Amino acid sequence: MSEQNAKPLSEFIPDVPETTGFNKVVLELGVANHPGVMSHICNLFARRAFNVEGILCMPVGSGETSRIWLLVFEDQRLEKMIRQVEKLEDVRYVERHAGDHPVFGRLDEFFQ
Amino acid sequence: MMQMTGADLIVKLLERQGISTIAGVPGGAALPMYDALSKSETIHHVLCRHEQGAGFIAQGMARVSGRPEVCLASSGPGATNLVTAIADAKLDSIPIIALTGQVPLSMIGTDAFQEVDTYGMTIPITKHNFLVRSAKDLLEVIPAAFRIAMSDRPGPVLVDVPKDVQNQMVSFDAYPDVVLPDAAPTFDIAAVEEAAKMIEAAERPVLYLGGGVIHSGAAAMAVTLAEQASLPTTMTLMALGAMPMDHPLAIGMLGMHGARYTNYVLEEADLLICVGARFDDRAIGKTAEFCPNAKIIHIDIDRSELHKVKDAHVAIAGDVGQVLAELLPRVKPQLRKRWLSHVESLKGRFPLAMPGIEDPRTPYGLIHAVANCLDDSAIITSDVGQHQMWVAQAYPFRRSRQWLNSGGLGTMGFGFPAAIGAALAAPERTVVCFSGDGSLKMNIQEMATAAQEGVNVKIILMNNQSLGLVHQQQNLFYGKRIMASRYERPTDFLKIAEGFGMRAVDLDPSPNPRATLAEALHTPGPCLIHATIDPNEFVYPMVPPGAANSEMIG
Repeated sequence: MSEQNAKPLSEFIPDVPETTGFNKVVLELGVANHPGVMSHICNLFARRAFNVEGILCMPVGSGETSRIWLLVFEDQRLEKMIRQVEKLEDVRYVERHAGDHPVFGRLDEFFQ
Repeated sequence: MMQMTGADLIVKLLERQGISTIAGVPGGAALPMYDALSKSETIHHVLCRHEQGAGFIAQGMARVSGRPEVCLASSGPGATNLVTAIADAKLDSIPIIALTGQVPLSMIGTDAFQEVDTYGMTIPITKHNFLVRSAKDLLEVIPAAFRIAMSDRPGPVLVDVPKDVQNQMVSFDAYPDVVLPDAAPTFDIAAVEEAAKMIEAAERPVLYLGGGVIHSGAAAMAVTLAEQASLPTTMTLMALGAMPMDHPLAIGMLGMHGARYTNYVLEEADLLICVGARFDDRAIGKTAEFCPNAKIIHIDIDRSELHKVKDAHVAIAGDVGQVLAELLPRVKPQLRKRWLSHVESLKGRFPLAMPGIEDPRTPYGLIHAVANCLDDSAIITSDVGQHQMWVAQAYPFRRSRQWLNSGGLGTMGFGFPAAIGAALAAPERTVVCFSGDGSLKMNIQEMATAAQEGVNVKIILMNNQSLGLVHQQQNLFYGKRIMASRYERPTDFLKIAEGFGMRAVDLDPSPNPRATLAEALHTPGPCLIHATIDPNEFVYPMVPPGAANSEMIG
């Protein structure tokens, strides 16, 4: 999954906005752990047709909080998107990592 | 150790939070909460005729009091009927708490009677929402709902409570503390200093005030800033009243129906100081051509608004009142004679035209006749459409929270229930709701609520037997093809009002409409004041949708 596409994503997938680039970015979110959290976060991205390539979510520690990893394509709107995510009550922090962050690296074999 | 049901706990926590009025409509899944309310000695429940009316009554109370107010509905259709009022509160940043009943936990997800996914449905239209799965959680959820609704940028919070959770017994040692708003975010003083330098260096600065100035209680400081630095000041639809309309530095409302000179002044600005506003499309027109020569200072408590529509040269995320308090001592007094006299000459050449202002049978004339009967203590609400824009242009607003309207969502049907809420929150004031025949019909059932409560609300109904703004756009932009914007059959609004138990007065047959109007406005209690207006009266100037603000028609 670390392989980077050579062409803009919009040429491969219909309905992807032209603002979408082809570099990948990994976002790490610390969130409150309850049944509605994923809806809150996914709704924000879906509403703006912001393509999310991969999602991982597991509880951490005692289960009070969860960590969500999102694999997204670099997009002119990414900074604005992050500010919207940070505004959610259940989101404790958002960190931005490079697209080759290992968290998604070994998942390829499950998606063959 | 205290022990009570979840429903009793909800009511106790609302009482402790200072809630004295709740607007709602009961139903099966909300009955335990209603039973608990029957035992409350401090909360007055206002029985609405539709849940949307309850939502807007809560909004009217909150817009006047500036603190969270509560509406209550049952599950299913009760909750779906609240949705419009909640979405409206989200777009205008109004703190309301919507409490909804839900089917019992064990039946959630089974398509039970009157079940709808209220939580899922309200995610995108609330600041935050909760589905309460255990009565003991209410000890945290209810205070959190208040804290979230009133902290930072205010907004609506929904709390969905299944019926069995309302009935569940809960034991606890002590009530949670009454919550206050969180402290506003800290901001960078260096940015404030930079802003002060930019204001000093600017030759043609304009101050642009938004609803955030009202929410923050910062209107007086904004006016002081304008006076100190000699800043011509425009206001958004949400900020009208922040600076008195007759203040020498006030240049009126900007945007789609702003005066020509206002939009021309902005066109020439070399610095735009945006305080608590969000560059809404109806305010700024085509983004790229708005204030094309201006640097931008943007102050807003919501960080996600900064650089969202227009990139700011200096962006400050903070409470506008706190930021202005730091900015004021750093801004040097200036006279700016040349810029202000140029603004004055633009105002002289391109003023807001108000044809018919002397004739109370025209829109502008009626608005002025109403204003002449009232002082600044009156609260003015409006519905959505032509009448809203005429009032925004022409009414002499002079204080914060004097003007309540649906700015962001533009909800027809807002004005009348919001006026009822305003009158409940401020019973000593006269509340006037300007409405149109299209808008009024959308929550007309609340006439029964107004009559029941005996609130001092006067509806000024500008009746043109059409959906005026749609009619106007079809005339101007759709080749005069009038489609579905004229009501073919007239409605007898006087009979309707009287049928609901409200007094009704018709200005049409009156030989002296000013005297009839004054008598109606000065008689306590709810009253419908009907006036026919010409359907071919249009709101001008108008920026065509999608065009730049400099391309005004009329």
